Amino acid sequence: MNEWRYWLAENKNTLIAVALFVFMFAIYASNHPAGFTPNVVQTAANKATLLAFVAMAQSLVIITAGIDLSVGMILVLANCLASWIVVGTAIETTFGIIAVLASGAFCGAVNGLIVIFGRLQPIVTTIATGAMFYGLALFLRPFPGGSVNETVADFMTSKALGFFPMSFVALAAVVLMVWVPYSRSVIGRAAYAAGSSEHAAYMSGMPVKMAKFTAYVLSGLLSAIGGLYLTFFSYTGEAAYASGNTYTLFSIAAVVLGGVSLMGGRGSAVGAIFGALAFRTIGDLLFVFDFDPLWQPLFQGVVLLLAVSISAFGLFRVRNKLEWF
Amino acid sequence: MAEIAPILTMKGITKRYGGVVALRDADLEIMPGRIHAVLGENGAGKSTLIKIMSGAVAPDEGQMTLAGSNVSFTSPAAANAAGIVCVFQELSLIPDLSVADNIVISGPPTRGGMIDRKAQRKIAEQALADAGATDVHPSALVKDLPLSRRQMVEIAKALARKPRVLILDEATSALTAADVQQVFSVIKRLRQEGTAIIYISHRMHEIAELADDCTVFRNGRKIATYKAGSKTDNEVVELMIGREYKNVFPPKGTGPHEGQAAIACKGLSWAGRLNDISLAIHPGEVIGLGGLDGQGQRELLLALFGVLRGVSGEITINGRPSAASDPSEARLPGFGMALIPEDRKTEGLMLPMSIADNLCFAALDRISSRGIIDRKVAEARIGEMIELLQIKVASADLPVSSLSGGNQQKVVIAKWLMNSPRIVLLNDPTRGIDVGTKQEIYLLLRKLAASGVAILFYSTDYDELIGCCDRVLVMYGGAIVRELAGDAITEHALVSSALNIGEAAHT
Repeated sequence: MNEWRYWLAENKNTLIAVALFVFMFAIYASNHPAGFTPNVVQTAANKATLLAFVAMAQSLVIITAGIDLSVGMILVLANCLASWIVVGTAIETTFGIIAVLASGAFCGAVNGLIVIFGRLQPIVTTIATGAMFYGLALFLRPFPGGSVNETVADFMTSKALGFFPMSFVALAAVVLMVWVPYSRSVIGRAAYAAGSSEHAAYMSGMPVKMAKFTAYVLSGLLSAIGGLYLTFFSYTGEAAYASGNTYTLFSIAAVVLGGVSLMGGRGSAVGAIFGALAFRTIGDLLFVFDFDPLWQPLFQGVVLLLAVSISAFGLFRVRNKLEWF
Repeated sequence: MAEIAPILTMKGITKRYGGVVALRDADLEIMPGRIHAVLGENGAGKSTLIKIMSGAVAPDEGQMTLAGSNVSFTSPAAANAAGIVCVFQELSLIPDLSVADNIVISGPPTRGGMIDRKAQRKIAEQALADAGATDVHPSALVKDLPLSRRQMVEIAKALARKPRVLILDEATSALTAADVQQVFSVIKRLRQEGTAIIYISHRMHEIAELADDCTVFRNGRKIATYKAGSKTDNEVVELMIGREYKNVFPPKGTGPHEGQAAIACKGLSWAGRLNDISLAIHPGEVIGLGGLDGQGQRELLLALFGVLRGVSGEITINGRPSAASDPSEARLPGFGMALIPEDRKTEGLMLPMSIADNLCFAALDRISSRGIIDRKVAEARIGEMIELLQIKVASADLPVSSLSGGNQQKVVIAKWLMNSPRIVLLNDPTRGIDVGTKQEIYLLLRKLAASGVAILFYSTDYDELIGCCDRVLVMYGGAIVRELAGDAITEHALVSSALNIGEAAHT
């Protein structure tokens, strides 16, 4: 009879992220000169999708109490690779897409193997591999250029049924095909367990190594999907160092906004997606309020800080100081 | 008896950690349908033995056979698969997962590659019912449960695996008396069904009630195996500590104490969990806190130490009304308080840091001048403390995590003694600690009391309350329901007032 209370406790963080996004987007849409129209939504969606994929990637690793600082660089590498091979006939394009996704998963696998078997700190490992991935991207595209199968690209960024952004359909499909099976599998549960208490997970005989490895591989895969989408939007490949780093850092912010604990074990990729959407909306608020773009970073930082503080409000009600920590 | 073959045998098992031999040439035979108690002080090799059986560590030498065939486990999962399941002293639950998730953790029911939540729920409900923990909701998150409920979940988790050999390592240390009875009946039922049970506990009366066979370990060696009941408690303890065993408890202090109370409170209440508590402790007194686990004893100690917010009522220190606003204030000379927390690993110690560093944390201002730590003074004080508490250390620069449980607890106590407190609050300081160390702690408490320190001492062990305390305050539902003094402190009185059933019901 108290079933829903336990459900609420388990999904509280994700629900807060959804609420946060709805709140931010309501402010955004109601102040947008064009109002809440399919075009406004589509533009917002296309911009947010990239970050949503990367945030999802990041959340998978953070749930295992790791961190992946190479997600942005995998995205850039996938973008550069796609600008070479996602071209030509339908069959060629299909194989190109598969190859891009496989290479992303491979990058993730490299991270995973080093972290698990090399027993190196994830933070240092992924800084190093991220630099390597960027090096490869630069090798592929020393100068911006290349192209993409425009029919596919236009379809993937269009409006389904004339009003619903296709990028969200893709996002939802990935959630259904990757996140849902993963989170309900033994491996997914082991990933949470490893993040919550690796020692206990090991002693309980859970497949901890497999779970961590899978998290890194899926992280690479999802980052590559992000890179593919970047190519669909931009029609070109570019080894952009700054944007790779930005995506990495923003993915962590989005994950935190999405209610995923940086300590591991808590939160969900769905929360991370809404965190990413909320984070993007923060950036867009600036435009509808017609601020000087120079203020954007400052403004974005302040709103981010406020948003993260919301989840800390609960601390005021804590009456046992030991629960603060 | 003779025709029944042992289900698990160990022959010549040896395990070394670096140069230290944790277990030397150990033999053990475990029979199906019998409860085998393993006894020994902390550091005697029991934990190593358990870890080898359950696959957490591999032995360096020796042979293990399960149901007649040789086995060697490479991981806990392998041991589980073979039917050896361990309920660990260090809880092995995942805090962020639900109770049901935890119970099925090593082999959740799946359908089409995904976890079948309905089937999982059924298994969990069944296991909780088997363990007698029907008050635990399968969807509750483990981190929201109190320690005693977590331990019941841990037992339910072990039962759900249908073990052939069940190892209980201090599995009842955090349980209430009622839970212990519940668990005992489960264990006895399993014995009837032919499960082999290995039972490790520091509580002698539990072993007396349960065990069929007993094996004593000391210093990494097996000392003796005997039929339960064939030796007196004193003989057993002598086997364990290897020296003659005198009365565990030192003589008590001298009569009632008059004059100013070192610490007193009136009408103390907090968040519905502490109700109108009044008490006074005089210098030189050892006051026990009794009652079932979770009746507000921990909260009372935290409230006095300034950890809780929104406490109502009056606290007086040496007759002056003053309440500490947080631990850093409570330890100042004006208050002179120290709290030895319940969980030494999370609240008492910085495990990876050195013994010396840990000893200094509560008294940094006493060993430093103008913000700089005076190494000479620090070293001298550290030496004194190690000497005073007889902490067995190779070097004070080793990480505190390298010490055995009993010695870790001594470090926690020493840390606060360095601050020369006048009021010492202890939260179950002897849980999971060997007899020898317990005895030293009792002596220390008496020595402190004799020097004029006021002591408030919560314990889940009735013998301790009876043997150590001048007065015992029994708590129930966040209030003090009874005060016992002197000879009135008996096990009977403690149990009946802990259950809040009063004297009349029992006499």
